[in-house]
Amino acid sequence: MPEAVPQFSLTDQAGKSHMLLGDRPALVCFVKEDCPTCGLTMPLIERAYRAFGTRADVVAVGQDAPGNALMIERHGLSVPMLDDSALGVSYSHDVEIVPTIVMTGADGAELSRFEGFGKSDWQRIYAELARTTGLPEPRTEWEAFPESRPGCGSKSVEPGIAERLAAEASGSRLRARQIEIGAAEDEFEFMFERGLTDGLPVIPPTPERVIRMLAGTRRDPQEVIATVPPNMAPLTIEKVAANAVMAGCRPEYIPVVLAVLEAICTDEFNIHGVLATTAGATPVIVVNGPIRHRLGMNMKIAAMGSGNRANATIGRAVKLVLRNVGGARPGEIERSALGGPGKYTTCYPEWEERSPWEPMHVERGFERGDSVVTIFGLEPGPRLIVDQLSRTAHALAGSLGMGLEACWHPKLHHSGDVLLVVSPEHADTLARDGWSKADVRRRIQEVTARPIRELLPDSESGEGMALARFGLKNPTAEQLEQRIPKFHSPENINIIVAGGEAGKFSAVFGGWFSGKMGSISVSRKIEEVA
Amino acid sequence: MSRIVDPTDERVPIRRSLAARPARIGGTIALLDIAKPRGDMLIARIEERLAERFPGTTFKRYRKPTFAKPAPEELLRKIAAENDFVIEALAD
Repeated sequence: MPEAVPQFSLTDQAGKSHMLLGDRPALVCFVKEDCPTCGLTMPLIERAYRAFGTRADVVAVGQDAPGNALMIERHGLSVPMLDDSALGVSYSHDVEIVPTIVMTGADGAELSRFEGFGKSDWQRIYAELARTTGLPEPRTEWEAFPESRPGCGSKSVEPGIAERLAAEASGSRLRARQIEIGAAEDEFEFMFERGLTDGLPVIPPTPERVIRMLAGTRRDPQEVIATVPPNMAPLTIEKVAANAVMAGCRPEYIPVVLAVLEAICTDEFNIHGVLATTAGATPVIVVNGPIRHRLGMNMKIAAMGSGNRANATIGRAVKLVLRNVGGARPGEIERSALGGPGKYTTCYPEWEERSPWEPMHVERGFERGDSVVTIFGLEPGPRLIVDQLSRTAHALAGSLGMGLEACWHPKLHHSGDVLLVVSPEHADTLARDGWSKADVRRRIQEVTARPIRELLPDSESGEGMALARFGLKNPTAEQLEQRIPKFHSPENINIIVAGGEAGKFSAVFGGWFSGKMGSISVSRKIEEVA
Repeated sequence: MSRIVDPTDERVPIRRSLAARPARIGGTIALLDIAKPRGDMLIARIEERLAERFPGTTFKRYRKPTFAKPAPEELLRKIAAENDFVIEALAD
């Protein structure tokens, strides 16, 4: 059963409305003036109209009004030249090339279509119209025409226009409510006033831009990918796309944003707690795999910011979704006492190629060729650990450990996840002595191990660990000498390599509250869209 | 006029907050005829009654080109700039 062609109503050069009702054979010819192949075709369209126009609808559909007038004059046309300068009919007929010649039967169903110029196609069309109308074919000096000529791009698929038409089409993929911004209002100010931004300007998510963003994924825009705390709002891909536009993402970034949101809107990750804590944590996103290169992410100089679009906007898109869809706004549910710059965005790739070790995603069971996001609920910003003097792995890992001991508070041991970002120069020092990540972790635990007595609250520092944490009530002197390493487990020290080639500085993202009662880091494979 | 896709969960209705209510009625009152039939009659009667109740008040008449479309931005700006109050008359 041939597919019925959408019917339409357009106005011709005389202002007369033409409605294609699909009640008799029709020849619909999409053309534009600046296309030479359309110029070559116009005389054949005119002839078809004169020969068959009494019993078939023969029309030209021109894509811009001034061009249509020029074509009428140039070719002495009497065929109705319908004005489709709004391009809606071209779009709904899936016209990508002009000329596109569509023939429909008496039932309105499309019988044939071809693009560009083909002499044999036109001979077939004349024969078919002669057969269905019972009228004679027009006399045509076919030898004057070439065998074939390629067409030109339709105006309806020009950049910017295609997205507008898609947004306007009744079958639009967008379902979200749309908000009109008055001509007298500044659209950027409007976004601020409605509380939609993180304090920095956002790109207004017009339907055109959202449609363009959706081209970055094959998934259905209406698919609900998560329920976003704190409001427990259902999150569609369309909503993600709108916020990704606002954040400044390119369409190819959206698979990463989706993977992050799917990973963090889980009981394990507990994004509600990460955002609501008065301590101040944020989703810290690590990207691994080939996608880092495809998106042009920065894993080298200033990897932690600023200056790279993908690094900056992927993390920002995630935060805008949490704010706008989840309702996590500072001062409301987001209640960090101090906040931090990382709350705007925190997303970095690992420089796997520069690392002497397995990259983070491989450690976590993925293939090296997989693209993966791993997210931690950590402090919103890195702090440096300086060591310009160590020349052995033993000494450097010791330094890193001492730096890590300051996380939370030096007297708070037995603690959870941190993210240690080892710079290339430090990685070289560790690799020269053949140290693995496990060696580095072991040394950090060793160098930070302190006797319980040093970790108890005292008059010098009221912070510290309660004896009950160690199952002690009236400890003996010997029990107080038991040494407690900084981290609950060596695996709490998550390690990646990133940063500039020069500079003996590593960095740490301090932790929040990891584990079942807090936030468990989550890894997720990214949907690859080639 | 531009449009944006609502990036929120859409639980908050689209609503503009009202301007603060003035303490007293006076100054200049705009009377906007939206161009519906007999709107001018209604406007004239409203003006008459208000002039009795609030002596010293000034009235300014405005008219939309057509009731079928929103008022042009320029007209809205002009009304906002020139008046303290606006009364819009619907009629038929």
